[in-house]
Amino acid sequence: MGRYVVRRLLQMIPVFVGATLLIFLMVNVMGDPIAGLCGERQCDPATAAQLRREFGLDKPVWQQYATYMGNVFTGDFGTAFNGQPVTELMATAFPVTIRLTVVAILFEIVVGIVLGVVTGLRRGRPVDTTVLLLTLVVISVPTFVTGLLLQLLLGVKWGWIRPSVSPAAAFGELIVPGLVLASVSLAYVTRLTRTSIAENKRSDYVRTAVAKGLPHHRVITRHLLRNSLIPVVTFIGTDIGALMGGAIVTERIFNIHGVGYQLYQGILRQNTQTVVGFVTVLVLVFLIANLLVDLLYAVLDPRIRYA
Amino acid sequence: MPEQPHEPEGAIAGTGMGGGMDLATSEATTLERTPGGPRGTGPAAKPRSLWSDAWRDLRRNPVFIVSGLVILFLVVISIRPSLITSGNPLQCELARSQEGSQPGHPFGFDGQGCDVYTRTVYGARASVTVGVCATLGVAVLGSILGGLAGFFGGAWDAILSRTTDIFFAIPVVLGGLVLLSVVTSNTVWPVIGFMVLLGWPQISRIARGSVITAKQNDYVQAARALGASNSRILLRHIAPNAVAPVIVVATIALGTYIALEATLSYLGVGLKPPSVSWGIDISAASPYIRNAPHALLWPSGALAVTVLAFIMLGDAVRDALDPKLR
Repeated sequence: MGRYVVRRLLQMIPVFVGATLLIFLMVNVMGDPIAGLCGERQCDPATAAQLRREFGLDKPVWQQYATYMGNVFTGDFGTAFNGQPVTELMATAFPVTIRLTVVAILFEIVVGIVLGVVTGLRRGRPVDTTVLLLTLVVISVPTFVTGLLLQLLLGVKWGWIRPSVSPAAAFGELIVPGLVLASVSLAYVTRLTRTSIAENKRSDYVRTAVAKGLPHHRVITRHLLRNSLIPVVTFIGTDIGALMGGAIVTERIFNIHGVGYQLYQGILRQNTQTVVGFVTVLVLVFLIANLLVDLLYAVLDPRIRYA
Repeated sequence: MPEQPHEPEGAIAGTGMGGGMDLATSEATTLERTPGGPRGTGPAAKPRSLWSDAWRDLRRNPVFIVSGLVILFLVVISIRPSLITSGNPLQCELARSQEGSQPGHPFGFDGQGCDVYTRTVYGARASVTVGVCATLGVAVLGSILGGLAGFFGGAWDAILSRTTDIFFAIPVVLGGLVLLSVVTSNTVWPVIGFMVLLGWPQISRIARGSVITAKQNDYVQAARALGASNSRILLRHIAPNAVAPVIVVATIALGTYIALEATLSYLGVGLKPPSVSWGIDISAASPYIRNAPHALLWPSGALAVTVLAFIMLGDAVRDALDPKLR
């Protein structure tokens, strides 16, 4: 187990370096960061040259990348061009997005898995067909349309929620945005669980459990569900990173000041430090979530052992 | 008849009632499919391939027929939007801003006073072009890279697998925002280019896996023993047997590319006005959602139906090509 974790951590290094280098290059292509500093006017050449030296932008790209990564590992994510440290921005933005993601994941786990189990056990019945059709509709309506529609109906027409979230962004306010963020994945989780349950329902161990005279709910929770969850856990694990990165759209609709908002602002204002810093953290979250999922396999299915 | 093993499968494929009838019809199609040829013995008797089997399944699938018709309609109106609308999507009258439905203008007007019906019809072109071109690009690039990696293995395979890992770690919408925010061009090509750049790993992973599976088959060993070259084995023996999963994933991905184009246009980095796209219209209508929800609902509905049609088509194709998943 320990050796497996170490090996996986080592494998993460090239992926991490590659992904951050890629985003670093993309941001560099994004345009001259100095141009964003002087507002609408063209920068005075002497000032531009001085700023370039100050920020180390006169050096080759690989050297800039190495310096940046060196700084990141000492906890220094640089300064946004308005003088605010990027870590400060992160400290305000990440808790909000983490709360939003937690709400979304809870929706996926609770609603998605329950619907999946219900439909998987009643394959071909009206409940199954209805839920299946609903998931298809949810998958095909893009998140931003779902968000705008829910905002229109719940926030504007019926007044159940406030159309935009306050800066504090407490859990209670994030329920609807969390549902919107989760919607597409929720449908996938339902379909995955359904397929997996329907497949395992006919297996020998379930028949044995029923023959032993176990109560119905125990057969389902202890035997059927536990064996059916592996693909679902994989999906949810890889989804954590996608949700945090995809929150840009949801955060924009509901005016939530989280990671997506900061990234969007950073990109619009060509604030390279902010963009690279936030993306670096998002990539790390994605990689660690994937590792945790792999470790969770062994918990769910003791037959899987890591040497 | 050598085709005999196919018959029970056909009966199972037919839904529920009248298994006997089904058997009879599939018998008929089998006979029809080997016209005049020597029955089963000579090389001229072509056994039904995966493709003709799949096509036979698809023609009977109502989901395929409905989604196919919707897609056909979308393709036709994106080639010739003037067939069903006489208006000009860029001709707007500010005086009629946010007016509701009225004769001649069934969907009403948006915030700029443009006819929502005309704009919704013209918006199909951008979505269909982006979806089809991006999928073609991703499928070609992904299957070539993934296929070669799966076939040759070794260092090239290791490098490619790590590279796909890297691409998977970058959130797609984020990559789109960063890359496309510099683009000033107002055509669909940068958007398509971006999707190919970030989408190929998905297909390459599938293609690699299915080439590795196909490579281990006996007929590949046989071809090699007969002295076939690598390119001949790859093109004549492996590719036809490994392409099915790629087609399935690509069809479903087509729908998601259309949704992604709309999302990027909504965020202001995909297509930009004066281009006509559902994403742009939805974005423009969202501030007026309180007074003129119709300007938001029609393009959203069109977008949802389009994506749904492609996803359902993908589902139907998957069912037909991979009966195990049923």
